[in-house]
Amino acid sequence: MEYFLQLFFSGLSKGSVYALIALGYTMVYGIIELINFAHGEIYMIGAFMGLIVAGVLTSLGWPALSILALALVVAVLYSAAYGYTVEKIAYKPLRGAQRLAPLISAIGMSILLQNYIMLAQTPDFLPFPHLIPDLSFMEPYRSYLGTSDLFIVVTSLVTMVALTLFIKFTRMGKAMRATAQNRKMAMLVGVNVDQVISMTFIIGSGLAAVGGVLIASHIGQINFYIGFIAGIKAFTAAVLGGIGSIPGAMLGGLVLGWTESFATGYVSSDYEDVFAFCLLVLILIFRPAGLLGKQRAQKV
Amino acid sequence: MAALTIATNLKKSAIAALWLAFLTMPVMVIRVDTVENTIVWRWMHLVYMLGGSFVLALIWHFMMDRRDRGAAVRESADGEAEGRLSRFVNNPRVLKPMLAFGFIVAAAFPWVFSMYQTNILISALIYVVLGLGLNITVGLAGLLDLGYVAFYAVGAYAYALLNHHFHLGFWTVLPMAAILGSFFGILLGFPVLRLRGDYLAIVTLGFGQIVKLVLENWNDFSYGPSGISNISRPGLFGINYSVENATTYIYYIMLGLVILAIVTTARLKDSRVGRAWLALREDEIACQAMGIDNTRAKLMAFSLGATLAATMGAVFAAKTTFINPASFTFMESAMILAIVVLGGMGSVLGVILGAFLLILLPEYMRAFSEYRMLLFGATMIVVMVFRPEGLIKARRKVYKINTETL
Repeated sequence: MEYFLQLFFSGLSKGSVYALIALGYTMVYGIIELINFAHGEIYMIGAFMGLIVAGVLTSLGWPALSILALALVVAVLYSAAYGYTVEKIAYKPLRGAQRLAPLISAIGMSILLQNYIMLAQTPDFLPFPHLIPDLSFMEPYRSYLGTSDLFIVVTSLVTMVALTLFIKFTRMGKAMRATAQNRKMAMLVGVNVDQVISMTFIIGSGLAAVGGVLIASHIGQINFYIGFIAGIKAFTAAVLGGIGSIPGAMLGGLVLGWTESFATGYVSSDYEDVFAFCLLVLILIFRPAGLLGKQRAQKV
Repeated sequence: MAALTIATNLKKSAIAALWLAFLTMPVMVIRVDTVENTIVWRWMHLVYMLGGSFVLALIWHFMMDRRDRGAAVRESADGEAEGRLSRFVNNPRVLKPMLAFGFIVAAAFPWVFSMYQTNILISALIYVVLGLGLNITVGLAGLLDLGYVAFYAVGAYAYALLNHHFHLGFWTVLPMAAILGSFFGILLGFPVLRLRGDYLAIVTLGFGQIVKLVLENWNDFSYGPSGISNISRPGLFGINYSVENATTYIYYIMLGLVILAIVTTARLKDSRVGRAWLALREDEIACQAMGIDNTRAKLMAFSLGATLAATMGAVFAAKTTFINPASFTFMESAMILAIVVLGGMGSVLGVILGAFLLILLPEYMRAFSEYRMLLFGATMIVVMVFRPEGLIKARRKVYKINTETL
């Protein structure tokens, strides 16, 4: 039972980070129908920002919790700025071009950002400080639920609730939903679509940075390549839940996290990623629009 | 007017440079070591970044102005304006002598240049065929395949394993690899028949990852990450060549295969199947309404593309005599896709040019070895922004009816 709970909670924390990254994919896809391949790299840059802030503040002797808070804030702001800039350089000039062109420039951007971090920082793994302190009241549950797992789940949950409220109730959120439904129509009723797209990238990148800092502090090391596999898995999560759907991305992330965690725990740890992709293939064959996606009839 | 645009461009570039310097500041300037608790400040990098991004932004804005003006001209001139490059190479009076010249150079290459150069050219030729294969799936049939490298791996492992266990020769395995490749193409094709667009992309990506992970982890079958070594080079009726002669030999095999692939794909493009693919790419539903068997056309595109990839896999294994799963990563798939898209989707000549550019450029840029992947990524973005249809635009065959003879 304890083993089960351990797998359950590690799957939950992993899944919520996947969900955080998947939200960026799904929001961008919902609005401009582009797989933003550079999104995983934004997540990686978020983790690096967290590392740099943590390093500087630690040498200044700040207390652990305030370092974590500031690292999160700076990482989110910088990643959001990166997301905004990436859109302006690599995707905006390509609006209206053939469909594969933005995808290729996204792959190019992903390669560019990876190598930029590799050259500016280091190609090796860097140790990441444990920013999340072990709380004493968590002591009795230590064997299956670490403080950092709990912290990751709670932070992701709060972020996702905030996002949902933002999308539901603010003017910007309304404009985003309108643009996702029909971009031309939204333009006609006076939505500034360029602004909406920029905002989507900013929010998505910020969410990825939260995931990046949290998971880096949990695992304890980062390098320039972590964005790639995390990005693919998060995209898998987004497709799993039904791409374009925000609750779908959250559900997809959790399903993916649990699948990986239980499959590695009970079957074999060598094939962790194989399970994720097999799950994806199966779901797409039987429910091509994803778990929460709507099956839309094609107009001719 | 011109002075005004220059002034605004200068201002825009200055703002862009400041913004980029601000963005890159933490990563470029600070390096922390959290174990020793030391921080290195590298302020000089900020200065380089400011200057560099100012110049780049200036060029970027200048090019953007030109691009927008070009677009305006194209729109007013209604009808498709072809780029100068593609008009030049598509002109038969240029094309034919160029092909003859290219063939002579290619035939004489191993006798004139060193073995090192020949080896590089062999890998470029391998990528030409891979590009042509993916061009069938992506360029002609419009099925975005991000796991193409899996078929390449199938061919390479087919030769490596059959050679290792049963000592089968290159020429025996080559057709077997091709058949195995087409089988795998259909195997992937069936489950994804119903998917379209980006779902297809992610499933094929997953398929590629699965193949790589299985090769990495199934030690009894594929010898895991350490791979298979001592694969024999191709022989001819029992003759075993020295390393140098074998390279030349593989080069000529590759040259033959490239010509075969070029002729086949160019002919296929204008055939009944080829036109079915184009129809499929443009509109699946209309295509079905015209009485084209979608399932058949899709499966054929997948399996033909896979056949070429698997054949190349066998050649690759024979050339390097050592393979491991690290050669078959997603980056490889992305590279082949980049060849197709940069060259010009659907255009055979474009794919050849793309393969040479993308394989030879990094090879000869070894002087900047650290920066070459950075430059590679930047090139992909720049080409897509300024030439989204690729270097050479594909030409559709046009049938003209001569009204006078009717």
